[in-house]
Amino acid sequence: MTAVLEANGLGKRYGRRWALRDCTISIPGGRVVGLVGPNGAGKTTLLHLAVGLLAATSGTIEVLGGCPAGSPAQLARVGFVAQQTPTYAGLSVSQHLRLGAWLNANWDAELAKRRIKQFGLDPNERAGKLSGGQRAQLALTLAIAKRPELLLLDEPVASLDPLARREFLQGLMEVVAGHGTSVLLSSHLIADLERVCDHLVVLAASRVQVTGDVDALLASHYRLSGPRRDPAALPANQEVIQESHTDKQSTFLVRTTDPILDPAWTIRPVTMDDLVLAYMSQPPGTKNASHPGLEVIR
Amino acid sequence: MIEFQLDTASGVATYLQLVQQVHDALRLGLLEPGDQLPTAQQVVIKLAINPNTVLKAYRDLEREGLVRARPGQGTFITRSLPGTDPGTQARFLAAMTDWLLSARAEGLGPDDIEAIYRTAVRSCFAEGVA
Repeated sequence: MTAVLEANGLGKRYGRRWALRDCTISIPGGRVVGLVGPNGAGKTTLLHLAVGLLAATSGTIEVLGGCPAGSPAQLARVGFVAQQTPTYAGLSVSQHLRLGAWLNANWDAELAKRRIKQFGLDPNERAGKLSGGQRAQLALTLAIAKRPELLLLDEPVASLDPLARREFLQGLMEVVAGHGTSVLLSSHLIADLERVCDHLVVLAASRVQVTGDVDALLASHYRLSGPRRDPAALPANQEVIQESHTDKQSTFLVRTTDPILDPAWTIRPVTMDDLVLAYMSQPPGTKNASHPGLEVIR
Repeated sequence: MIEFQLDTASGVATYLQLVQQVHDALRLGLLEPGDQLPTAQQVVIKLAINPNTVLKAYRDLEREGLVRARPGQGTFITRSLPGTDPGTQARFLAAMTDWLLSARAEGLGPDDIEAIYRTAVRSCFAEGVA
């Protein structure tokens, strides 16, 4: 499968500070990709590089095989909803749809109208008067109705209440099911990502910590607990992601594709929560950031 | 038609939960050959989950030979799970109840009994597994 987003040594620097560095990822098509990381990890920077709102300081990025915002045709293939789901406060819902129809060659007016009705938006209401959830639905509708191949969403549900969040994700998944759109969305709400994402990119301290298909990641990580042991004493094929020790006991989160045979360990599977938190709390610049074993699994 | 539920706290992978719910529905007779499963789109809208997850569950069921996807129509049940005969079920339930009562009389609690049960199941069904 061809990659929808391919970055090679991608970096963005503001003055002396790198917002994102050494980012090398390849995201396969047809996925719903979760981009996770603490605030300031570089999520928004990566998304803005992907839509062409920012230019890279180093490295390259290709989206759907083209240069971000390189041509009108390229712009038409990518949908983007920025953080806080911005809309024009003074324009009504129906004016937003007309604007969308003017600006986009492949505008799907039927789809836009249907979604507006489905979510109970009054076409004459000004966007500034909408609730957070309704505004998010309007912004998503605009991005979807241009019928992009790739949809990029920056923290789309962060500011929504649980019900609006659920409705937003339902609407999003309906589009994925109906049109086969690829989605890259950033979030720090792991519970939501767990439902919708089948591919994960974990960013922390401006670097990619881990990336891969969720099923493969969950199947290759284990939590081991048992008598206290030095991590150096573990087999070479078990990479330690996280460790904690008491005077008697050791607990490791390890990555390995081989069976764990040591009978001393109690072995538990990991959840997406465990996995994300373990990679997020790794000290910056550790060996894992560039470890060959941590590249995309296809 | 059955409706899927999701238990996010269970730690069981979402697609496996869907597979298990179809298994359960077949065992309980809620689903029979010819019945249609909800479309991926319907499941996705209800549960707000990734459509690929639903398709993966349906592919698993298809590989087991329990369902078949008919392009443009949907996914249909093709056979039921070999359910246990009700008489046999009742007999084992009675025997198990007797056993549990005698265990309780000896002072064993539910936790002790569950530990014994799990060990017994493991040694009984783990043959051939390294």
